[in-house]
Amino acid sequence: MQKMRVRNHQVVLNRSVGGDAGIFFFLAIMGIFMFLPMVYVVVQSLKPLDELWMFPPKFYVSKPTFKNFMDLFTLLSDSWVPFSRYIFNTVLITAAGTFGNLVLSSLAAYAVSKIPFPGRKGVFWIIQRSLMFTSTVTAIANFLTLSRLGLMDNPLAIIIPAWGSTMGLYLMKQFMDSSISDAVLESARLDGCSEFRTFWTIAMPMVKPAWLTLIIYSFQGLWNTGASAYIYSEQWKTLNYAITQITAGGIARAGASAAGSVVMMIVPILVFVVSQSNIIETMASSGMKD
Amino acid sequence: MDERNEQLNEDLEKDVCDTPVQEVEQEVEKADLHNEGIDGENEQAPVVEEKAEEKPEAKPKKKKAIARKDMTLAQWTWHEMKRNKVAYLMILPFMLVFILFTVFPVGLSLVLSFTNFNMLSFDSDMWIWFDNYLRLFFEDDIFLLACKNTLVFAMVTGPVSYILSFLVAWFINELPPRVRALVTLVFYAPSISGAVYTIWGVLFSNDSYGWVNGTLMDLGILDAPVLWFYDENYAMPLCIVVALWMSLGTAFLSFIAGLQTIDKSLFEAAAVDGIKNRWQELWYITLPMMRPQLMFGAVMAITSSFGFGGVVTALCGFPSVNYSCHTIMHCLDDYGNQRWEVGYASAIAFVLFLIMIGANTLVNKMLSKVGQ
Repeated sequence: MQKMRVRNHQVVLNRSVGGDAGIFFFLAIMGIFMFLPMVYVVVQSLKPLDELWMFPPKFYVSKPTFKNFMDLFTLLSDSWVPFSRYIFNTVLITAAGTFGNLVLSSLAAYAVSKIPFPGRKGVFWIIQRSLMFTSTVTAIANFLTLSRLGLMDNPLAIIIPAWGSTMGLYLMKQFMDSSISDAVLESARLDGCSEFRTFWTIAMPMVKPAWLTLIIYSFQGLWNTGASAYIYSEQWKTLNYAITQITAGGIARAGASAAGSVVMMIVPILVFVVSQSNIIETMASSGMKD
Repeated sequence: MDERNEQLNEDLEKDVCDTPVQEVEQEVEKADLHNEGIDGENEQAPVVEEKAEEKPEAKPKKKKAIARKDMTLAQWTWHEMKRNKVAYLMILPFMLVFILFTVFPVGLSLVLSFTNFNMLSFDSDMWIWFDNYLRLFFEDDIFLLACKNTLVFAMVTGPVSYILSFLVAWFINELPPRVRALVTLVFYAPSISGAVYTIWGVLFSNDSYGWVNGTLMDLGILDAPVLWFYDENYAMPLCIVVALWMSLGTAFLSFIAGLQTIDKSLFEAAAVDGIKNRWQELWYITLPMMRPQLMFGAVMAITSSFGFGGVVTALCGFPSVNYSCHTIMHCLDDYGNQRWEVGYASAIAFVLFLIMIGANTLVNKMLSKVGQ
């Protein structure tokens, strides 16, 4: 049998040496393409001013400095809204939006997945369809709705719509379908456990990876909230917006803007590193069936 | 699935009514075991015991189970709705928000697209019916250009990012877990890092301090800096590159997860049956086993390939040079948020909605035929 080969102390089938080498080469090239811009942001953020404006530009930094991060702080605290306020706004929006989305979505996901009520197919159908278009489509109508509700220039204008985000619900429903057996729930119901109690004490502990995934999806979306048409006063602007303003400031602020990008990217990346295995576990059941 | 559940419930309900008390208690013990099985901790147990005591009192209240065949469809549905009314309570809060901010806006866009509403005047002659759509498709050259750009953009980034996500996920699937986790992070990071894509504007900046210009000029390949994102010839391809760079997102993770769930013994069996190399293995086993993830990934790839307006604005400015990167999203922003022609903008939004839903439905139809 020529097609068997030992690789990494394991016997593998149907894997040629040439193929492995080719794939390694492809992954290396792709990896460099993906990784270099990320490295360059970090390098830029550590460059002192004279290295930022050096010809030809270098892909490394000879005298690394944290001055750009200091500048970022100074620039932001010079504005009449203190820097901490932008952080507070972003944290508030992210926390409130994520929490609401988690509570509402997991309740709904449980009902759609595990209670055979008439209409649940329709509900799930419409949720699946909502994954198929972006929020650009709804932005104008939502502007009208929010202003009619008197939520303009209020962080609730970003928080409340985030509660109805469907991505987390979809993933959680699919995960519940595959990981909670109906028999367990039935025995709880037979014991007279109310549906809410079954949900809370039995179903929820079984889908921990799914709610972690939901939290992370919601978090990523809200953390990157930038300039929004719904919010116009400065004291409710977000961190991302403030950093974008610095980037728009041009030449003098090139270093500070790279520092800002680093600050913005480090949080979602750390969150993903911590939760990666749970997300992958949830994603295993993400498939669409029809 | 539904029918089976209904059947199951029906049976169970009958069980409850007909089972003598001792048997119910046996059931309770079983449930107890189940619970310990789930958590491995005993904290669940007291809850169930407490419930078990309540059980005999609750029992006489249950009415005789009604069989499906005794009723018309409407009666049965009503009966099921009453029996599962708690489910409606559970989906209600979510559905309220979801309908108000996702379903209703689509409907409102459709209605407003037949008017010339502009936020200022609300009068009886605002109904102009199909004029907005006629204007879009027969008079607005910029919209038609934007349509073309959007389609080019989506038709390149959508399929390429989809195939790229799958290939990378498939290639890294056989790496040792730790290495795989690291490689996953490297490939996935650009899609979650927010505004980091602006670094492409620095790399391809239009002065000689941009890394690409600087290096090429230093090597003597260029005499003067190229404007890159502000040059009609380069702007669109560069935006596509950036879009691809940040496109290994949800679909990519879904593929990685799906590949790990495939039963390894299938591959051994296939090798015995005469599969000769990894590509045959991919075609005959991996792809068919991955179909649900492939469908989900397609939805993610298509939806995000239509949603890159913000990236283009950040890199090429708004409007981009000679409208070379003007997409439908930009038209929408232009009329919706800057000129306040809400009626006209609603027509654009509705067209965009139809394009996205249409593309998704079409591709899903195609994918569901694969391997059948």
